[in-house]
Amino acid sequence: MNRHSGPPTLHTVQLQRPDDFDGWRLIARQHLAAGTLPESLVWEAGEATADLFSEPLSPAEPTVPPNPSRPAAPLPVVPRAFLELARCVACHRAPDRYALLYRVLWRSCHGESGLLDMPSDPDMHRLHILGKCVARERHKMHAFVRFRQTPSVEPEHFSAWFEPEHHTLRLSSGFFVRRFANMHWSIVTPEESAHWNGQTLQFGPGGHRSNNTAPEMMEELWKTYFANIFNPARLKLDAMRSEMPVKYWKNLPEAPLIAELVHNAGARSQQMVEALASDPPRYARRATAPPAQAQAQAQAQAQAQAQAQAQGQGQGHTGNKDG
Amino acid sequence: MNSDDNSSPLLSPVANGVPIRLMNKLAILSDAAKYDASCASSGATKRDSLTGSGVGSTEGMGICHSYAPDGRCISLLKVLLTNFCTFDCLYCVNRVSSNVPRARFEIDELVDLVLSFYKRNYIEGLFLSSGIIRDPDYTMEQIVEVARRLREVHDFRGYIHLKTIPEATPELLASAGRYADRLSINVELARPDSLSALAPQKEAGGIRQAMAGIRSKLDESRDRSHSGRKAPGFSASGQSTQMIVGADDANDGELLDCSESLYKGYQLKRVYYSAFSPIPDASAALPLAPPDLNREHRLYQADWLMRFYGFAVDEIVAGGENGMLDPALDPKLAWALKHRERFPVDVNTAERELLLRVPGLGTRGVDRLLTSRRLRRLTLADLGRICGSVARMRPFVVTRDWRPTALLDAGGLRAQLLQGSAQLSLFD
Repeated sequence: MNRHSGPPTLHTVQLQRPDDFDGWRLIARQHLAAGTLPESLVWEAGEATADLFSEPLSPAEPTVPPNPSRPAAPLPVVPRAFLELARCVACHRAPDRYALLYRVLWRSCHGESGLLDMPSDPDMHRLHILGKCVARERHKMHAFVRFRQTPSVEPEHFSAWFEPEHHTLRLSSGFFVRRFANMHWSIVTPEESAHWNGQTLQFGPGGHRSNNTAPEMMEELWKTYFANIFNPARLKLDAMRSEMPVKYWKNLPEAPLIAELVHNAGARSQQMVEALASDPPRYARRATAPPAQAQAQAQAQAQAQAQAQAQGQGQGHTGNKDG
Repeated sequence: MNSDDNSSPLLSPVANGVPIRLMNKLAILSDAAKYDASCASSGATKRDSLTGSGVGSTEGMGICHSYAPDGRCISLLKVLLTNFCTFDCLYCVNRVSSNVPRARFEIDELVDLVLSFYKRNYIEGLFLSSGIIRDPDYTMEQIVEVARRLREVHDFRGYIHLKTIPEATPELLASAGRYADRLSINVELARPDSLSALAPQKEAGGIRQAMAGIRSKLDESRDRSHSGRKAPGFSASGQSTQMIVGADDANDGELLDCSESLYKGYQLKRVYYSAFSPIPDASAALPLAPPDLNREHRLYQADWLMRFYGFAVDEIVAGGENGMLDPALDPKLAWALKHRERFPVDVNTAERELLLRVPGLGTRGVDRLLTSRRLRRLTLADLGRICGSVARMRPFVVTRDWRPTALLDAGGLRAQLLQGSAQLSLFD
């Protein structure tokens, strides 16, 4: 892919973390100023093999040899929207993401101004796809992280285990800080963990699913809610799966209920359709008496309510032992 | 029922660590709430808990924390305070003449439940509604009290949607708006005569009056006083309503006309359409059939065209037959097929309004197209990258390298598009 006669000299850029957008930005600027061709850069972002807590290479002092064959280009004025996009793309797992980002910057400085605003360009199109994946993963993380209270810890502490598809822990953690600012919490992923103590946010090593806090009582209530808010007459599995992909199910306490809810849905809705109307309870006749009997009605309503409550308790509170 | 139990409702009685009584209540009162379609948690004023003592934030975009197998988003804890009700609305599972089990939350019990769910990131907040007990004012007071304790005692900054009881006094409505991000009143049925037939204690005039009341409060809250001070907040994400589809004979045109007048008259944020669904212990007076989900879906599409695409109701309805939308095609495509003389549209020169009429081209696609075409003349492949897919657009657009020629005039275009969309849905 060399544009010159000889093969280009390759420079390897080592970024600090997989999602090191700021590091990339700094180094990309220096290489742009030096006129380094996109094809002579190899971007490495510490994926998988890198130790997150080893002494980081400082992004402030990379060695960028000036490229004599190219005049230094003026640094591009980058639209804010592109920076937002690039910040997301940096969190993607695609190995070529940093190279792609550098390439569009380079192109926009070499005769293709306006490129960064052009979603129809194939490179930009791909960046938008990567960015969209990450933005979606961030959103799903905001939605599907499930905290469990750590037993017998004061002050209250909550922790969650999550397996993001991309490197979105840092990207999404600001949301949790703003939302749960007065709570102590941890979010642990396989690669990295985030910890908030009500004051500061710290990042630490990743963890294992087996070390997640045990299920707690509140999950039973949440599952009760999930099962009962579902309307069996409206089964739409595809809609559910497209918004809540199966890959997230293993860490959602309510997901194990889905199979049974779906299995019984047909019979339950058939029952509702086929059931004959029942006789209204006796109190109902009095409660809905015609207005001519308005005076008697008020009294009847009071009675109706008393009866209704008695009935409600009889039917609804099967486990009520304390009366 | 007075609150005579001061111990934490989450602590007793339990079986395997689970408070059974609360669990049963929750089962009954969420089952009773599921016929309200709305679960939106968007549009609230941006806020967080960094400056407060409680939990909660809203950042504009709503979050769906789970999805039920009915495909509906679960964003809020959507429950009734009680499903005891003195009204006898025939379409409602909680009507007084139904034999469903009944229950009622204590106020603190519900407040604790909301906070516990919220802290575990299960929900964005609360959507609270209630059966009418004792009288409308008493019921409304109870609903407002839940919101007040969440906000004032616990400094809860998550989302609160309160169902408003139209018969309650305006003062109660005003305090509901102080605590809530959204208020709603269900119109239930587009035709006033259907409402009086099916819901004898409800009154269409009263419902609209209450909506007008909310609207004027919303307007006030946006005004500044002469000193420039902002008015106190009131239901920042506005008001919404719900209409039941298929419980009476009203056709799609009537429903959409009703929506349009509501959007205009009361500045509603959303009208929800809820296909009449069989309910446990249903009334003999109503159709017992599976809900018409497709009709509901077409109405939502039509509603979108009305709000974001500049379509008038009669244009949308003209896409179908006899006041009903075409069940097989989305209403924009149905309209386009009946107005072929307006196509093809040249995507490199057409105005925004015209581009919005192209089937398969959404509002965001149009915006991206407009930025891209400033720099170069677009090809069909460019269009594909901008909009995802050109399959449905092809007969209706001209690009630098594409002209649909005779395709538009083809008699079989409708059939072709129908087949195309069936194939698409197979691979969705």
